[in-house]
Amino acid sequence: MSRYRLRGCAAIVGAADTRVGVVPEFTSAQLQTQAARLAMADAGIGKEQIDGLITCNASVERGPLKTFHAEMVAELLGIAPRFCLTGAVGGALPVLMIEHAAAAIAAGLCHTVLLISADNLLSGAKRRVPMPEPWDDPQFEEPYGPTTPAMYALIARAHMDAYGTTSEQFAAVAVACRKHAAMTPGAHKRTPITIADVLNSRMIADPLHLLDCSLVSDGGAAIVITSAERARDFSKTPVYFLGAGEAHPYLSLLHAQSLTVSGAVESGRQAYAAAGVRAQDIDVAFVYDAFTPMAIIYLEDLGFCPKGEGGRFVQGGNIELGGALPINTHGGLLSYCHAGLANSIFHITEAVRQLRGECGARQVAGARLAIIHGQGGRASTHGTAILGTQETL
Amino acid sequence: MDKPGKLIPVPTAETAEFWAGCRQGELRLQLCAACNKYQFPPQSFCRHCSSAELSWVAASGQGRVLSCTVVHWSPNPAYAAEVPYSLALIELDEGPRMLTNIVGVPPSEVRTGMQVAVVFEQCSPEITLPKFKPR
Ligand SMILES: [Zn+2]
Repeated sequence: MSRYRLRGCAAIVGAADTRVGVVPEFTSAQLQTQAARLAMADAGIGKEQIDGLITCNASVERGPLKTFHAEMVAELLGIAPRFCLTGAVGGALPVLMIEHAAAAIAAGLCHTVLLISADNLLSGAKRRVPMPEPWDDPQFEEPYGPTTPAMYALIARAHMDAYGTTSEQFAAVAVACRKHAAMTPGAHKRTPITIADVLNSRMIADPLHLLDCSLVSDGGAAIVITSAERARDFSKTPVYFLGAGEAHPYLSLLHAQSLTVSGAVESGRQAYAAAGVRAQDIDVAFVYDAFTPMAIIYLEDLGFCPKGEGGRFVQGGNIELGGALPINTHGGLLSYCHAGLANSIFHITEAVRQLRGECGARQVAGARLAIIHGQGGRASTHGTAILGTQETL
Repeated sequence: MDKPGKLIPVPTAETAEFWAGCRQGELRLQLCAACNKYQFPPQSFCRHCSSAELSWVAASGQGRVLSCTVVHWSPNPAYAAEVPYSLALIELDEGPRMLTNIVGVPPSEVRTGMQVAVVFEQCSPEITLPKFKPR
């Protein structure tokens, strides 16, 4: 195993979200550039200081925005970056790209990277695409009518069968995220819900009810990453990149070694080793909550509780603000925003706000270490990143 | 025959033999001569050991349900017209896994661990789809 050289080499010095939720007046590209301008403003820099650009592709885009996504966003921003990269692994992408940005900075390819993700699954899909493009294998999966919730329902059912996890436990994740979104100005859904509300919402793919499923929203966010050395000159408190890991064990569920143990075990192991911290050191966790059971599986696989005990772990307010391990303090994909692809960007910007101490009523007191886990596909591709305050360096 | 709007497989050079088998009521898998493992979906070399020494064999057509769901919502009108329907991941006795619909039983009665056997449903003159029923 080669030595990890990126711990503390880079820091996030700007972070911002666009308006999220129902934003029909903008295309995904406009949301990308808005997010970029807001993040640069937060960092207190102009576009001339950006020499690296990483964009995350959007689910609704066609034509040049599909093939030359980062180049088109660069053109719209009026920049000509030395390092210009479009990524495409769905929800895991922004988390993975923090490390790619840090690596590019450490290698001297560029000094300041703008990382953007925006999508508008709600309004853009209505406007431009009659139906979501099929995601699964066209010969051996799609003919059987696999919806995205149904594929995750197979994972959820397997976890129930293996460990006795219950629908009430799944629902506790939705309730926690909604409680947090209620404290987050601008979140897409802020009306508090109960366990009973989740269980009484209509069935989408058994055992997943409507409120076990993430939202369909519009929105975007961006961060500015620069070298640790340069970060000292920025106005906002730097949030340091401590380490990350990734895992890509399969794409189709046909090739999954396990339905209940995810690639988060491996990406988490790498991230903890890189950052030199353990699960019990983490103050606030951001896990990819596209469906409630996935938050439970990732909390297990990232080592916050023994395998199979995630259902009990999320009960009784344990993952809510004031609990042992607050998760998704902005409300996550379940209640803050799920815009399409690459939604872990919102987990990252909230982690930055927590580590800067900017979260007001929903601030995790003394938060120094945050973990972010993103995933894409059918729980198939994974990225875990650990961020920390200056004192964790 | 299926209604328009459903997704009908288009065979490729690597998969034509599989679909020819289905038309004849036979579930065919690739078997690797180098590592003796079965392979599905088909491709031109073995995913386990990279050998290209693959042959087509008739599978038992039997397996068990690894996990299952009842689909109550679909964005595709052709599938939405058929909810609730069963979607399941099964493991064939030979090892490979398939995504399928469990038929011949109410969707709510499908269970993990259920023993199943292949049945064939013609959905176009060229394509017959393997599905599974309890055995
Ligand atoms: Zn082989």
